Amino acid sequence: MTKFSYVMGLAGLSAALFLGACSTPKPVDTAPPMASTPSAPPSSGSNIVPGSAEDLRVNVGDTVHFAYNEYNIEDSDRATLQRQATWLQKYPSIRVTVEGDCDERGTREYNLALGARRANAVKEYLVSLGVSAARIDTISYGKEHPICTESTEDCWAQNRRGVTSVVSGGNS
Amino acid sequence: MLNRVLSFAVVLCASVLLATTPAGAELHVTVDQANPQPLPIAIPDFAAPNAGDAAAGQNIAKVIRADLDRSGLFRPLDPKSFIDKAPGVNAAPTFANWRAIQAQALVAGQVQMQGDGRLRVDFRLWDVFGESQMLGQQYFTTPDNWRRIAHIISDAIYERITGEKGYFDTRIVFISESGPALHRVKRLAVMDEDGANPIFLTRGDYLVLTPRFNPTAQMIAYMSYINAKPRVYLFDLESGRQEMLGNFPNMTFSPRFSPDGNKVALTLESGGNSDIYVMDLRTRALTRLTSDPSIDTAPSFSPDGTQIAFESDRGGSQQIYVMGADGSNQHRISFGAGRNGTPVWSPRGDLIAFTNQSGGFHIGVMHTDGSGVRILTNGWDDESPTWAPNGRVLMFSRGSQGMRGSSIWSIDITGRNERRVATPGDASDPAWSPLIQ
Repeated sequence: MTKFSYVMGLAGLSAALFLGACSTPKPVDTAPPMASTPSAPPSSGSNIVPGSAEDLRVNVGDTVHFAYNEYNIEDSDRATLQRQATWLQKYPSIRVTVEGDCDERGTREYNLALGARRANAVKEYLVSLGVSAARIDTISYGKEHPICTESTEDCWAQNRRGVTSVVSGGNS
Repeated sequence: MLNRVLSFAVVLCASVLLATTPAGAELHVTVDQANPQPLPIAIPDFAAPNAGDAAAGQNIAKVIRADLDRSGLFRPLDPKSFIDKAPGVNAAPTFANWRAIQAQALVAGQVQMQGDGRLRVDFRLWDVFGESQMLGQQYFTTPDNWRRIAHIISDAIYERITGEKGYFDTRIVFISESGPALHRVKRLAVMDEDGANPIFLTRGDYLVLTPRFNPTAQMIAYMSYINAKPRVYLFDLESGRQEMLGNFPNMTFSPRFSPDGNKVALTLESGGNSDIYVMDLRTRALTRLTSDPSIDTAPSFSPDGTQIAFESDRGGSQQIYVMGADGSNQHRISFGAGRNGTPVWSPRGDLIAFTNQSGGFHIGVMHTDGSGVRILTNGWDDESPTWAPNGRVLMFSRGSQGMRGSSIWSIDITGRNERRVATPGDASDPAWSPLIQ
């Protein structure tokens, strides 16, 4: 066996152990919250399972957005995080990951650090609302996970985000 | 064969050919001259006394021509203009035939397969107008190693004429990119400095970023998202082994080796805050260097190992700082327009390359005290500078507006000679190796 095939063999082994990044649900743009009701609106007319990953994504709202180079939670996103916290308290076995993402206007390493700040800001806000910190992991993808490719203010705003997604314990 | 590609410990046997007395006013090109005229140099195909070796003679000459042309300091003449097609090394050239085509330097070489299966390569560098030999060398190597011989000869010519070490017998580790912008596949890859012999080290099933060579170019430190845990890894090119560096509960990123290769500076994130640490690779002892509640990342050692440049937004925006290698005396050095980050200390110690963000992203250089800022490039997203081992050329990543792919470019620190680097598809995050030993 050449050294090179050994290398690829390792890579294959690693791939078999690989669980996460590609299975992270691709976030869908959520509409701004219409009301500050802390409970999830009923999923009338859909067959989304309550307490599922899709329930969080569609009915609760999984995404908050950030200003350029900032990581503070915007007032307009507090209702979304309130709904997330209420939902997490309703389904106590669920664990989540908060992904922090940036627009392209930052160097690669800086944006990894900035994404970590954003993910942590979401986590801390959820913890302040009573969710156990042990249920929330964070991960930064810097500028590596864009959802919009154009170099425009609108796209940049979409890409600067924190996305909460179910890791385990959800209904299916 | 791949074995040999991955291993740099190739046996080379070089000896110096008899040199004639150098002329008084020697042929010389100054690397940092303001507007140098590239030196016209003739590099005919290396002569092959045995017809079976002719292809090797042509290939070696072709690679040397391409190397010297890329440097921007030489202008290899079109072989079609040569009166002597393959002059060889056994007799002094007919200088008048080279003066006639305005060649100032001539590289004459010869290849010959030996009975033991090794390839013998001889070359002589001639000063055409001085009618004197400037250099003469001889190598024995395995025939499939001919590219390295060509690069080594290019380095010898570059050094003899400029007085600076060359950088052609080097490799680049980089991130190979493919797929649509929203589902980019990134793979760890290495290639020769001229883009030849690309090898993919990961398959693209997890994100990899920011690879860097150690000083022997046998080890790569990089960031991997394998198992959805972003951490710094080491990749040993000799054994093919990958290893997570340390066992941290949170993200580690932005690794860079110390000049002696015994330490890795990296960034550890905890609770949303990023700080710089140094890990001793022998003891695995971890030393914390920064503890500011701001972003501190992108560490780069000075070549003597006593200082570390890094970036921080502790002053309100991303800027470049320098500290002692023990974390002492942290002070800001960049005060120019916009944001400044990704400092990378020159192997010569005299300059720091960096990314400037003001409007677009630009690659610049500054003195190590922050003075003398010169912006060299003007791209949409130019970042991740890396130094040629002689400290005269930079490579960097260039992203495109609307995420339409990224590429690797090189530019002289004079700001001239910007060129796209040959890569297999899109590429980013280059890191230049030292000269291969």
